[in-house]
Amino acid sequence: MNHLLVLPIILPALTAALLLFCGRQLGLTRMLSLISTAVLLAVSVSLFLDAETGAFQTYALSDWVAPFGIVLVLDRLSGLLVLLTAVVALAALIYAMQGWDTRGKYFHALFQFQLMGINGAFLTGDLFNLFVFFEILLIASYCLLMYGFGERRLRASVHYVAINLTGSAVFLIAVSLLYSVTGTLNMAHLAEVVAQSAPEDIALIRSSGLMLLGVFGIKAALFPLYFWLPAAYSSASAPVAALFAIMTKVGVYAILRFTTLIFPDNAGPAAVLTTPWLLPVAIVTLILAALGALAAKRLLELFAYLTIASVGTILIAVSAGGVAGLSGGLFYLIHSTLIMSALFLLAEMIGQARGEAQDQLHQGPMLLKPVSLGIAFLLAAVIVAGLPLSSGFLAKLMILQSAMPSSSMPWVWGSILVSSLFVLITLSRAGSMIFWKTSHETSPQAVAPDGLRWLPVVGLLGCSLLMVVYAAPLKHFTDATAQQLSTPSQYIKAVIGQTTDRAPRPLPGEAK
Amino acid sequence: MELLLSTALGIVTACGIYLILRGRTFSVVLGLSLLGYAVNLFIFAMGRLVSGRPPVITEQALSYADPIPQALVLTAIVIGFGMTGFIVELALRTRHETQSDHVDGQESKPEQEGKRG
Repeated sequence: MNHLLVLPIILPALTAALLLFCGRQLGLTRMLSLISTAVLLAVSVSLFLDAETGAFQTYALSDWVAPFGIVLVLDRLSGLLVLLTAVVALAALIYAMQGWDTRGKYFHALFQFQLMGINGAFLTGDLFNLFVFFEILLIASYCLLMYGFGERRLRASVHYVAINLTGSAVFLIAVSLLYSVTGTLNMAHLAEVVAQSAPEDIALIRSSGLMLLGVFGIKAALFPLYFWLPAAYSSASAPVAALFAIMTKVGVYAILRFTTLIFPDNAGPAAVLTTPWLLPVAIVTLILAALGALAAKRLLELFAYLTIASVGTILIAVSAGGVAGLSGGLFYLIHSTLIMSALFLLAEMIGQARGEAQDQLHQGPMLLKPVSLGIAFLLAAVIVAGLPLSSGFLAKLMILQSAMPSSSMPWVWGSILVSSLFVLITLSRAGSMIFWKTSHETSPQAVAPDGLRWLPVVGLLGCSLLMVVYAAPLKHFTDATAQQLSTPSQYIKAVIGQTTDRAPRPLPGEAK
Repeated sequence: MELLLSTALGIVTACGIYLILRGRTFSVVLGLSLLGYAVNLFIFAMGRLVSGRPPVITEQALSYADPIPQALVLTAIVIGFGMTGFIVELALRTRHETQSDHVDGQESKPEQEGKRG
């Protein structure tokens, strides 16, 4: 048993507990938090390299064997996402250390709890444990969202907390419904039992599957359930918004895991459960997000809509393109997480360099450092809009190609190309508004971004450029990940294969 | 017992959903708590309604009371309690900062202010 596997959860948890005792000693908390996140990055690189070989790793907590105890499972997908979380977290943390973390007492502790929840959600192999980690990451995100207070943040928080609490209630209903029919909570075991379920249970299984899709849709910000996101993300502080770039991906991850493992589309009682919903919903999400971006009045709001658009694009790819689409969607997921988190950081730097006009999209004073900020904005806009030779372009190309043989090809091509055009228009309009249509004086409140603020932004943009340079090995990896996801039997065998006596026990009350 | 439990669950859930859809933070908080209670009972019921049975399967026992949903309910109650505490504090803070207990932080129709009280 590889004990490294539990570190991405234990390490932030212990660091957070330690940080709570440090109180207001800023230097100490910063150092602890930074060291812990750097170690987390090293651990996730090592886990990623382990997962990249294609072998599954399981970690039975307290050594209880799989379907009876809680297991952590590492496969290519979770390895990738844990690594991505660590990269984004390190960037957000370095940025937060330039001043944001002094505005409240427990920023670093909350930040570490957030990482614990996210990593736990990616690694766990147990459905109820997934719920618990969702709650951990949610309560940390509630506090982080409000971090710094202010009226707008509080207003956005009320909506965010209310919809997520309702989502948690529905999640619990779905989980217990599934348990009442299958008698297990282990995801691999669930997959096995669901595949062999009796005909009279199918209706309940299908309804709990759709409820789960709804719950994960809230987290991922899918069409009818995304209205909380623009207000929440655009009012969060910059490092928090940058970290939240990975949060919608938690929902996407859960949808991917469930549609490939427990409710596979091609066979079993749950066949054709999610496809009739997922593709249309994803297309509508993408189109509405592009329109929302066009209508945005602030730069941060624009980027929040781009986050929603990225979720729409990933789920279109996943639901329309088969294995190749899954691979393209994963490529797009890596690209969009990195670039969105860079954009949220950049937006605040631009806002500060403009002074009191902040990130409002109207004519304002001249920026401090217009050249370096302008180049960074141009580069980021090119990448996020997917112009040729950027990582976004490669990802969208893979998605469009994967949808070629599908019958829904006109819809996929139409929505992705039209939304790309909208995003391009809105970004060029925002860029010319901020950098060109300015008065000749700078504002007295303007603050020029200093060197250390540039570090995370340049780092994240550099990661996006590296994605282009190393596109071929990365594509091999996403192909292999998609292949692994679409053969759930491997996952089931790796998790519960060694436990032979795992037939569901008779339900209580049935034996009279 | 089945009829009693299912009607109780249905009524509590319906009240909870109605309250969540109201415009004031206080009713939303109440609604979320009611929904939480209903969900906890629901989880409990998903282990089947059995009484007077041991929670452990033995050779002699003819039937058993499923212990897992009971453990799940405990976890859900603890999480729900924490979340309720949090949203109460959040609602108070919002009321304090925005001078309004509307969920949007502002009155939607100022002319109806008097009527609503």
